[in-house]
Amino acid sequence: MAEGCTGVQAGTGAGAGGFDARALRERFPILGRMVNGHRLVYLDNAATTQKPAAVLEALERFYRLSNANVHRGVHTLAEEATSAYEACRRRVARFVGAADPRQVVITRNATEALNLVARGWGSRLGPGDEVLVTEMEHHSNLVPWIMLARERGVTLRHVPVTESGELDLAACGRLLGPRTRIVAVAAMSNVLGTINPLSEIAEMARRVGAVVVVDGAQAVPHLPLDLAATGADFLAFSAHKAYGPTGVGFLVGGLERLEEVEPVWGGGEMIREVHLDRATWNDLPHRLEAGTPNIADAAAFPAALDVLEELGMDEVRAHERALVTYTLERLASLGALRIHGPLDPERRGGLVSFSDPDIHPHDLAQVLDSLGIAVRAGHHCAQPLMRRLGEPATVRASFGVYNDRDDVDALVDGLRAARRYFGS
Amino acid sequence: MSGENTGPSGARSVVPDVRSSAGGAGEPLDELYREVVLDHHRRPRGREPLARVDASARGFNPVCGDEVEVRVAVEGERLAGVQVTGRGCAICTASGSMLAEATAGLGMPAVHRLAEGFRDVLHGRAVPPDVDLGDLEALRGVARFAVRVKCAMLPWVTLEDALRSHATGTAAGVASTEEEAP
Repeated sequence: MAEGCTGVQAGTGAGAGGFDARALRERFPILGRMVNGHRLVYLDNAATTQKPAAVLEALERFYRLSNANVHRGVHTLAEEATSAYEACRRRVARFVGAADPRQVVITRNATEALNLVARGWGSRLGPGDEVLVTEMEHHSNLVPWIMLARERGVTLRHVPVTESGELDLAACGRLLGPRTRIVAVAAMSNVLGTINPLSEIAEMARRVGAVVVVDGAQAVPHLPLDLAATGADFLAFSAHKAYGPTGVGFLVGGLERLEEVEPVWGGGEMIREVHLDRATWNDLPHRLEAGTPNIADAAAFPAALDVLEELGMDEVRAHERALVTYTLERLASLGALRIHGPLDPERRGGLVSFSDPDIHPHDLAQVLDSLGIAVRAGHHCAQPLMRRLGEPATVRASFGVYNDRDDVDALVDGLRAARRYFGS
Repeated sequence: MSGENTGPSGARSVVPDVRSSAGGAGEPLDELYREVVLDHHRRPRGREPLARVDASARGFNPVCGDEVEVRVAVEGERLAGVQVTGRGCAICTASGSMLAEATAGLGMPAVHRLAEGFRDVLHGRAVPPDVDLGDLEALRGVARFAVRVKCAMLPWVTLEDALRSHATGTAAGVASTEEEAP
């Protein structure tokens, strides 16, 4: 695999990661609980990850010791709160290889970050302009563009997905043209697990002068990802899928590009000077962060990044790739299951979606839940992709750093139990 | 009745039995999937085409993407025949099968009373004494699984849509379980 041109490095080494996932579970208090009389086997990490004790402690510490509003006070607490909030911005910048913390805009979630680009940068587009998205996008990277098309008369085009669950790059090349202003693509599919060749796509987009928007929600917590290497102009992701709190997301981009984003929300903090009838905007990133932000949750997020950096993202990737390899083997041994997405673990991240020909995903998930196993059943907020797959819904098992082979074994045993239960 | 298997790792594991009779954690599960429900799921009734279709409607559950289609034959004030097709989970399929069995041949007021009575069951409310739920009683366990209530209601909201369309002489839209009160 040509690591250099993907922007997303798949890591090296075929073995399991160099850390003990079971020992790691001790640091995530919720993983010690029982569900329906069984040890919780949490395999819904693509929806949200569990939080280490260090994050919970940081959250409580903030409210117990430092709670104040940010950027506006001279008192000690305000100083501490501001410093904790800005420390999050610096850590996130470092984590994705952005040189300047001003390149990081803190939002509510990845969805809000994508909407900010669609509205704030998309406001310069109009009839005749085209936005190219892919068939495998999560609704969060589809609907903002549908809204933009509706509001501004922009034309939407779609990169098709191949039979093997990958983007059709030849078609992508044909769809790109001088009218293409934005290419919006997920770094990793939340349904198929496909790792998309970002730098290749970005290179094609650059040739026609289009801006590249990357939904990194699934990739950032699971792969080594460097902003410059991806070729992305804008990268969106959330804290809660990266072992951090809910309610915090990020839009990271080049300063020049972010300068072009018009503020979408007006209010406190985003202004420099306000008169009764006019106002001027603050500098980046505050210009795009109106009102009191989610200070406490942002302050707690670095404790999650500590865990990921301690493990090392190459090791995290190797660990999850090994788990996926094992999962694909074991699911194949069950027979008759339809596995969605690429079968080559090099080309997919740590999740597997599948369908049983005889048991509906809801029923499978219900039986698994009775055994303490949490998976997702549904359309995974990707209805167009579901139509493409010809399935109304799938079951998805998605991994995190604390999952190991025991969890995969529990899943496979649970699937056998479901088959016996429904008599298929 | 635990089966054994050996994974590629060589690790031996035991297939858990989720039936509560096996001492597993199956009790709430068994309450959801009663034998009667599983029987309707495996051999759904009311799938045969009707000789005459007077109205039809499609229903959609956006939570899981399930779709059903309900066709009805109406004679005067009587629901002469019902066909339920589509694809759904065990709960949705069983509910549609029971619907077809229970409503065919009933007068319209009785059909609506049965639909309301079934809705009452799923929302944990008392059912009026003059409503006989029959096999539908077996879906009572669904009330404990909030997210599955919509699965059970899908064929019913679709039937109601088809009957409304017949009564008003307008074309049916797509019924959605999202209109169900939580």
